[in-house]
Amino acid sequence: MTTARFSPVQRLLHWLMALMIIAMLFIGIGMVSTLKPAYLTLVSIHKPLGLAILLLVILRLMVRIRRGAPPLPTDLPWWQALAAKVSHVLLYALMFAMPLIGWSMLSAGGYPVVVAGVHLPPIAPRDDTLHAVLRTAHTWLALLLFATVLLHLAAALFHALARRDGVLSSMASIGREKPQVKRQIS
Amino acid sequence: MGGALAAIALVVGGSVAAFAYTGGWLTPHRITPAKMVDALGARGGNPVGHRRNHAKGVCFTGYFEGNGSGTALSVAPMFAAGRYPVIGRFAIGVGDPLAKDETGRVRSMAIRVTTPDGQEWRSGMNAMPFFPVGTPKAFYDLTVASDIDPKTGQPDPALMKAFGAVHPELAAFGAWAKSAPWTSSYADQTYNSINAFRFVDRLGGSLAVRWAMVATAPPTTVAPTELAKLGSDFLATDLKQRLSHGPLRWTLVATLGGKDDPTNDATKPWPASRPAITLGTLVVDQAQDEANGPCRDYNYDPMILPRGIAASDDPLLAARSAAYANSFDRRTREASHYPRTASAPSVFSGEPAK
Repeated sequence: MTTARFSPVQRLLHWLMALMIIAMLFIGIGMVSTLKPAYLTLVSIHKPLGLAILLLVILRLMVRIRRGAPPLPTDLPWWQALAAKVSHVLLYALMFAMPLIGWSMLSAGGYPVVVAGVHLPPIAPRDDTLHAVLRTAHTWLALLLFATVLLHLAAALFHALARRDGVLSSMASIGREKPQVKRQIS
Repeated sequence: MGGALAAIALVVGGSVAAFAYTGGWLTPHRITPAKMVDALGARGGNPVGHRRNHAKGVCFTGYFEGNGSGTALSVAPMFAAGRYPVIGRFAIGVGDPLAKDETGRVRSMAIRVTTPDGQEWRSGMNAMPFFPVGTPKAFYDLTVASDIDPKTGQPDPALMKAFGAVHPELAAFGAWAKSAPWTSSYADQTYNSINAFRFVDRLGGSLAVRWAMVATAPPTTVAPTELAKLGSDFLATDLKQRLSHGPLRWTLVATLGGKDDPTNDATKPWPASRPAITLGTLVVDQAQDEANGPCRDYNYDPMILPRGIAASDDPLLAARSAAYANSFDRRTREASHYPRTASAPSVFSGEPAK
């Protein structure tokens, strides 16, 4: 089945998670760079928000597999189509990896994993070398995620402002799908 | 097309700038945990692989025996009558892991108490009655003033003098450091939480508290001029020797803050007349060298609290939590600089190991 737009559930999940992930990246970089009382508040948001993202991305991947995505415009240069594919795979991989790395890094560091007052079990063995690897990965993959989000944003704006090909509105438009969509459907 | 690309560049560039600002890259004057930990690690010696503050220490194990009287004040499960295992650490407040024990004016005890339901209480306490300064910024400046000047190999006394001139609160600590008796042991010291916390009861009500591990061993006072004669590691030696004769005990006492007692200023002790409640006894029965000891890879972050204990508005608590995490992240990365193979037997106890 090919459609011009993502399904309403997909659009809802996309924008909800976009807000959560951007908030998460800023909270993460902010909390590790302050000694102020905000540190405690930011940490107490970071953990439940990360867990929520993990749960939502599971749901989102299931919906994505079931519903698929509108095809890319046929006149898109091959390298842009490839970049779109690769960056989406990367975004999904990082949405799964970041919360799992955060959780296992706390486990490896011997920290109790308490998320919004709920005790979660450790998911990695207690090991300082493992902690060091995961902690480093958490930072670098967060920067990679931020870079990928920016690339995604730039590409979306490029589709909307330069190519005007309806790719952004396949995710961004609100309300019922109009029959006279300009975009070509292959 | 050109306009579109310019708009995209503006959005992406603005996002990068906002991110960089949040991360502190555009505000070099901001005191980040990394800067704090750098300053702590520049007070002499080579702390790589070690804690950046209270760098020299020894592990211990034992248990906390709650007497049940804390349950009216706090739902913390370790206050219910019973025995709860403890992994702890004694240390001196220095930056050099090879410092001589006579240079450690402030001694510390850290504990990690666990209960069967998975709750944890970690606390780092100091054998001084109050903190030298009240804010993270002042503590950073104080630490920088204590850092080794690479030109002279010594801290610059002019920096400390200048710090004292703008921080009159430091005088009280200076007077304590000069007049408080020195002893030859970790065992005879009383360790204070210094920061205020809140105990939360069954109904959700809370009150301000500070706690202390009060020594039961009588003090073994030593003249400051005699300390060096005890050897550079006299504290660990004394601890192991005492434990070969039997366990050591401290009494956990919570002091309840009055309505107007400051909870946000660790330089100000509360009046001695405040009600104090004995919550139980800490029993220490074994000590282990840190290199292979169980305390080595725990971060004694004072914000790792069970339900029933919460942070106060003391700004040092968040700063400690943030800086301890940074120090922990560094030393787990640097573990190869601090080999685990101990040359001496690592467990010292008069009792068989459990």
